[in-house]
Amino acid sequence: MANELKKTPLYETHLKYGGRIIDFAGWALPVHFSSIKEEHHACRKAAALWDVSDMGELLVEGPQALDLLQMVLTNDISKGYPGKVVYSPMCYPNGGVVDDMMVVCLKNGGYLLCINAGNIDKDDEWITGAAKYFQDVTVKNLSKETAQVAIQGPNSARILQRLTEYPLSEIKYYHGVEDVYVDGMKTLVTRTGYTGEDGFEVYCDAKDGPALFDAIMEADDGDGLVPAGLGCRDTLRFEASMPLYGQELDENHGPLGAGLGKFVAFGKGTHFVGNRALMEERETGLRAKLIGLEMLERGIARTGHKVFDESGAKELGYITTGSYTPTLEKNLAMAYVPVDYSQRGTKVTVDIRGKKVLAEIVKMPFYRREAKKK
Amino acid sequence: MTYPADRKYTKTHEYVKVEGDVAYLGITTFAQDQLGDIVFVEAPEVGREIKAGEVFATVESVKAVSDCYSPVSGKVVKVNDQTADTPEILNEDPHGEGWICAVEISSTSELDELMDSADYEKHAAEGGGHD
Repeated sequence: MANELKKTPLYETHLKYGGRIIDFAGWALPVHFSSIKEEHHACRKAAALWDVSDMGELLVEGPQALDLLQMVLTNDISKGYPGKVVYSPMCYPNGGVVDDMMVVCLKNGGYLLCINAGNIDKDDEWITGAAKYFQDVTVKNLSKETAQVAIQGPNSARILQRLTEYPLSEIKYYHGVEDVYVDGMKTLVTRTGYTGEDGFEVYCDAKDGPALFDAIMEADDGDGLVPAGLGCRDTLRFEASMPLYGQELDENHGPLGAGLGKFVAFGKGTHFVGNRALMEERETGLRAKLIGLEMLERGIARTGHKVFDESGAKELGYITTGSYTPTLEKNLAMAYVPVDYSQRGTKVTVDIRGKKVLAEIVKMPFYRREAKKK
Repeated sequence: MTYPADRKYTKTHEYVKVEGDVAYLGITTFAQDQLGDIVFVEAPEVGREIKAGEVFATVESVKAVSDCYSPVSGKVVKVNDQTADTPEILNEDPHGEGWICAVEISSTSELDELMDSADYEKHAAEGGGHD
């Protein structure tokens, strides 16, 4: 493994738990500990724990913090309140996406932005650049000082509760609490995730990361918690049809075509970057639409494979993500196609290594967890 | 890991096991371990002529797509149908039930160029890298 790879504060922890380390966009991270399928099933049925310290954190503070975010983000952050977590894309003027992120509204009126690992420098520059138009706002990049772990799956709350006095059941979905002590370590806990399951994301000081990971693993008491890697992080989010920056979202593919229109607040009362281009796209029709595909013939569509019409003659678009899905036990994919070809039930073909393989447009999300029984 | 001595191996982690007139082709346990959960096997069609070094099958794990290079030249005479419905047999028993296809070898001299189990074991232990 090359030495230049970036390591999270939990690198040694991954080795200790037997993780198979790979190069993930310049980061040395485990692809799996036991196997992707096993970890995937553990998350759906029990619980799984990830180091997601590769994710970046930007702290936006000051009297004009809200004004800045209202300008750079497409969603309406003014609806937030301390403890609320808001998901939002961040767009270029042309409507393409700089990044997508979680915004945690803090007690002091500031915001913690959780951003994608591959976009940390770009986002920092973008938001810091925009901050120049405001007087009283600071943008701090806390990515290096912050560790983050994610515990996901139906047994998550039970396991994490053993380590803290804070009543986790009071944290609603897409909410968070600052200064929660987990096994004595000061953390920020949000009830969010990237798997389609219930769970928590826990932010702490980089130096506490390994101890936090160990403490959560050791808090398992027959609950089936496993350490998990990047492999199932991707299959779980894919099965839940959550977009991944760089695949479903990028500088050429905006939030509307990706099915994220509900996170674009045209009516929020302030101009935001990308507003005009997105309005125009809304009025004149989507440039391309993200759809779900189920393979009807043998084969797995993969990122970059071309999509054609049923006859195989006309090229329509391309696959953004494709995989075998361990819970649904199907070969599924997401793809961008023209709106005219995006109707559910439409048959298309995917060029897999020179062979046109039949697929059908199906509903997304592919997987949705059952509502909790009261 | 140990590798059965009844067959020959390639640097690219395929094996060939000769039984009478036919030779069984598959991937090694080193290969399946590197790939992780195997979820799809694209086996060749019966009757296809394959040359040594040519891609004869494609194996996909959850995350990776991997081509398999034939250790020998010959005509495909049998395909392991089990790999279509239960590709995980390549993880569970790659050297046994998880063979991919069988060929009629055109030239047994090709076998001499392949590694025996001791050499392959060493190759795998050194990380299994190849050109």
